[in-house]
Amino acid sequence: MVRVDGKGNTGALVQVRSLDKTYQRGSQEVHVLRGLNLDVERGEFVAFMGPSGSGKTTLLNLLGGLDLPSRGSITVDGDEITHLSGPKLAAWRARHVGFVFQMYNLLPVLTAFQNVELPLLLTRLGKADRRRHVEIALDLVGLSDRLDHYPRQLSGGQEQRVSIARAVVADPTFLLCDEPTGDLDRKSAGEVMALLERLSAEFGKTILMVTHDPRAAERAGTVLHLEKGELVEGQGGS
Amino acid sequence: MKYFRLVWSNLLRKKTRTTLTIGSFAVALFLFGLLVTIQTAFNQGVEVAGVDRLVVRNKISLIMPLPLSYEEQMLQIPGVKAVTFATWFGGYYQDPKNFFPQFAIQKETWLKMYPEFQVPKDEWSAFLADREACIVGRKTAQKYGIKVGDRIPIVASIWGGVWEFNVRGIYTGARTEDDTTQLWFRWDYLDERRQWGKGTVGWYVVRVENPDDAMAVAKAIDERFANSSWETKTDTERAFAAGFVKQMGNIKLLILVIGGVVFFTLLLVTGNTLAMSVRERTGELAVLKTLGFTDVAVLWLVLGESLLYSAQGGILGLAAVKLFTLHGDPTGGFLPLFYLPPSKMVLGLLVALATGAAAGVIPAVLAMRLRIVDALRRV
Repeated sequence: MVRVDGKGNTGALVQVRSLDKTYQRGSQEVHVLRGLNLDVERGEFVAFMGPSGSGKTTLLNLLGGLDLPSRGSITVDGDEITHLSGPKLAAWRARHVGFVFQMYNLLPVLTAFQNVELPLLLTRLGKADRRRHVEIALDLVGLSDRLDHYPRQLSGGQEQRVSIARAVVADPTFLLCDEPTGDLDRKSAGEVMALLERLSAEFGKTILMVTHDPRAAERAGTVLHLEKGELVEGQGGS
Repeated sequence: MKYFRLVWSNLLRKKTRTTLTIGSFAVALFLFGLLVTIQTAFNQGVEVAGVDRLVVRNKISLIMPLPLSYEEQMLQIPGVKAVTFATWFGGYYQDPKNFFPQFAIQKETWLKMYPEFQVPKDEWSAFLADREACIVGRKTAQKYGIKVGDRIPIVASIWGGVWEFNVRGIYTGARTEDDTTQLWFRWDYLDERRQWGKGTVGWYVVRVENPDDAMAVAKAIDERFANSSWETKTDTERAFAAGFVKQMGNIKLLILVIGGVVFFTLLLVTGNTLAMSVRERTGELAVLKTLGFTDVAVLWLVLGESLLYSAQGGILGLAAVKLFTLHGDPTGGFLPLFYLPPSKMVLGLLVALATGAAAGVIPAVLAMRLRIVDALRRV
């Protein structure tokens, strides 16, 4: 169950309380998020929608430990991340978060296999174990025959699927997806969304996704709208 | 080690740029190696000079002779243990470009004065028994294919005519750095055959009883011959060799200046290349950080690239110098000990790595400080 009133279950996987984010733009102070509350249970698939500049990506960045809030707290799986220092936050990200970006953000000099292997380089897994994990992840996204392909040799949809394999390969606590279908044609977008749906339904992955695309949003269990820095509950898709 | 592939892949991103950067390192290290080799060649005499040997020469100039009678007189001076002498012959073998030092030596005392030079006993006996005999250094013998038993012509530019010598032996050096490019022949043969300068020698070499007294003995020798027609100037062998090097100008300063300019330029070039490379990859670095790579890990990744550039360039450049020096002295005899010592190769590699680290440090720190959200926004 997803709640935005700050009265959620204390055992919720993600707990956001009174979250504020303010940017300084010249002499002007811009409030991007205002006193935001959010509770997300394990296994939920949540879509955040809202107009440009409503703070969707900012919220995702804060939830992923890429940025720090001006006020408030974020607790994930019992760990409050808002006070973690740089190296600890990096280690936390490596362990708990899988990121999927709009532009895929694969490293062009590495093959699909090597890109997916990246998060595992930060673990203590040996070479053979890393290989096994990568092969499983690429098989999961249907690209086990593209191991040695470079990003330039893949279609946009395939690149995004490699990026999803990279996001799940280390079995993170939750996935953060920023406009995962934003750069894809309808067919590829459908495939990517089907994959995310499967990860949520079959593997119980918790997924928080920012999107502009209503078709993508309706695949999520819960849709939340961000308006002027505040969250409003919407209609779930499936 | 598991990050090596990541660093290596980045090097292969733009092959032309990588090749040129490594090439610039290689050229700089080639120049460094060459300059160090030249400096080593110049200083070799100073390095190997005996601590208990003095060189006595004519006070006016090295090219002015001294009388033969000084040998006996010097042996009378307290602190003097042994004396030998030699005269510069200044000829060439077959062709003017085939130059190597030739000395007319005092056959009874020469080897005792220079125990670092080794000649087989039978060859030395043959040398003593033959008035027209000569002993050739191993390097020169190898270079010109000279063997024991050969009769070789030396064109004498000072004394005139072609002088033929019977090669009776090949000498070697006890240490790598000992000069084995010389040719020795008997001074008595020179004195008998030359038309002028009879009864004179080029310089004396004196062994002192105690190296601590070297300066006092040198002073005593010069005082002994003061106000004579042939005044002397006596130095320790090391000072003599250093003075000889000094005549060539301040080689060390020259090397430092040229080397410094080259490396500074290299630093700018490599630093700029890396900075460009980091700027181009801002988004990728941000992705790495997003995945959980720490700031320090990203710093090392960038620094690793720089070190890889420099290590490869350094090894290439130094290997090229090593190959170049394997052919020996390219000056035709001016730098007989022309080689790159292993210690200098290690120094070169360290210099290359230090340059690589210095060039990479600013881009690496910039990469380390990169804020993920700012960088991702630019993707």
